[in-house]
Amino acid sequence: MRVAYWPGCVSRGFTPELHGSMAKVAPLLDIELIELDRAACCGAGVIAEHNQELADTLNARTFALAQQTDGELMMNICSTCQGAQTECQQRLDANDAYRDHVNATLAGEDLRYERGLTNKNFLWLLVEEIGLAALQAKVARPLSNLRVGPFYGCYIVRPMDQLAIDDEHPRHRYLQWVIEALGGTVVDYAGVYKCCGFPIITMNRDASLRQAGRHLGDALDADADCLVTPCPLCHLNLDLQQPLAERVVGRKLGMPVLHLPQLVGLALGLEPRQLGMSKHIVRPASVIDWATAVIGAST
Amino acid sequence: MIKSPLQYTLRLRRFNPESGEMPYWQDFKVELEGHRSVLDAILKLRDEVDGSIGIRCSCRQAICGSCGVRINDKPGLACHTHLERAAQAAREGSRVIQVEPMGNMPVMKDLIVDMDAVHWKKVHRVTPWLINRQPTPEREHIVPRQSMIDVTQTMACIQCGACVSDCLSMEVDPEFIGPAALAKAYRFVGDPRDAWHYERLKDLSEDPHGLYDCSHCWMCIDACPKGVAPMSQIMRLRRLAGSDHHIEDHNNGHRHEHAFTENIRRNGLLHEADVLPDSYGGKLNPRAVPVLLYSLPVILRALARRKITFGNALLHPHRRRFKGLHRLFDSIQRRESRYELNLYVSGYDSGEPAEVAGSGPAMVATGASGLDTTHAPRRQGEDR
Repeated sequence: MRVAYWPGCVSRGFTPELHGSMAKVAPLLDIELIELDRAACCGAGVIAEHNQELADTLNARTFALAQQTDGELMMNICSTCQGAQTECQQRLDANDAYRDHVNATLAGEDLRYERGLTNKNFLWLLVEEIGLAALQAKVARPLSNLRVGPFYGCYIVRPMDQLAIDDEHPRHRYLQWVIEALGGTVVDYAGVYKCCGFPIITMNRDASLRQAGRHLGDALDADADCLVTPCPLCHLNLDLQQPLAERVVGRKLGMPVLHLPQLVGLALGLEPRQLGMSKHIVRPASVIDWATAVIGAST
Repeated sequence: MIKSPLQYTLRLRRFNPESGEMPYWQDFKVELEGHRSVLDAILKLRDEVDGSIGIRCSCRQAICGSCGVRINDKPGLACHTHLERAAQAAREGSRVIQVEPMGNMPVMKDLIVDMDAVHWKKVHRVTPWLINRQPTPEREHIVPRQSMIDVTQTMACIQCGACVSDCLSMEVDPEFIGPAALAKAYRFVGDPRDAWHYERLKDLSEDPHGLYDCSHCWMCIDACPKGVAPMSQIMRLRRLAGSDHHIEDHNNGHRHEHAFTENIRRNGLLHEADVLPDSYGGKLNPRAVPVLLYSLPVILRALARRKITFGNALLHPHRRRFKGLHRLFDSIQRRESRYELNLYVSGYDSGEPAEVAGSGPAMVATGASGLDTTHAPRRQGEDR
């Protein structure tokens, strides 16, 4: 399937391994990525708290660019983008007069957003468009005996009605379903749906890192080999900042955190290095050891 | 909904501080119709099985906010939760309805938490009363009806504490003023009769556990049984404090927002290497130096792992693709008023869940003076 692809900012900034691994995994899943290289930052909620109309206009611009492609839908790889964009889209779709007002600003670039774009995170696309059975059929190296803790990121699980999470679309269970479809073992721990703390890192560093450190510690106590997240901003606090979080919570953590495309890629047969795991701050030793052991056993 | 009585299992969290024992779970069976509430079931158990079960309640119709508890790991009102719905939402299809006291507050007994110690103390912190702009009038203050509509959302709060219970910032920083109290603060900052808008905003911005301590986790929005959306009120307070009153707080709240927005204006995509120091006033600012030194170990490790490269950090490789973007920023940021759309107030045009026939523009233009409505917002279903 062809999708208008919004990689977000951080996947091309401080988590380059996310964008890279998505590019490697997409062809294996028959996803053709039409990258929206003119689209700007979604605002990550920060621009919306500064000026709501500005955030709505930036995202309407992204949606308009996506509508100019022949992609079946728009796909993102960031929980924060999903949540921030959904919030803006809800306002744009709800009120014709407001949408016209925003479109008037976009007219300078000959862009116009028409109501009703479908924008799905890679996680949602895996379950709802590709399907778990089809995903499972593509698994070349099941994640047997790999204990994986899901970490969603707030923006992709709340508010539930805004994100259309209901009995028919239990999107707050998808990460567990995907881990299982890939052959892994889901680790249930207290932090699955909690906040990584990243949004307040410049305002209250101690509280921010305490959040990250606590969830990582809970995952460690639940014997997770690694965490997986669809959110690169969570990855910044959970992986990049992990050595600092260790100082705040006063314990050694060493918990590897994978991006969702990395975990999928691993099961589809790609090597940890191909998926950019060497760029992580916390070396995913448990995952690399696991991959090495599996390859060793199969030869 | 099931009309004939069914047997439900309630798993209650029990705690009696006088016993010296740790809290524990106790299962009870109760027969009631599925449309009856969890509170009905608990009261029946208290009347017929165990008179020592502690729960606080009063109106039994979701008005007084007394019976806030956590049901199946989610906060809510016991009187406003149907038994059958709760059984369906139970963990892993067990149909066992788990009820425990709210979080972030000390437990006094069983399902009763100390609201005074946390919730009411925080509400009191935000000066929750009107400070008049004018001398007390002979009868009442007359304000334009439309100017009050924006605060109706916060006025819907029944002080049940559900949002406080699950606030993730408060979980790691118990001193955080929290969602209920900050929503209450907006009730007065958004009120045209109040004379202390600036003072309130300044106070809440400068408090290290105030306006900028919210981690934007959305928990309170899902928790609230009345649609108050406390986090949205916190974001409104931030817009008023930062964008309208230009309050430069010592917590980097406004500076971070400004740095982030300017970063996107210049680069199109976030340039992380700039946004951290700029949030502290710039790379050479004395405030930024200790932060950069603190972060040095991870910066060095990120460079060593080629997660970050000098080229990407120092140059702005994406910038050239976004040359005209600043015009979009300028056209919006240079408006005399900011435009906001509050869906709680405006409702939805046709085809959406909260359909309002003939709904017109419902934008609110706000300025430093508070709320000036150029396009009158309406409550759902309300006639002009």
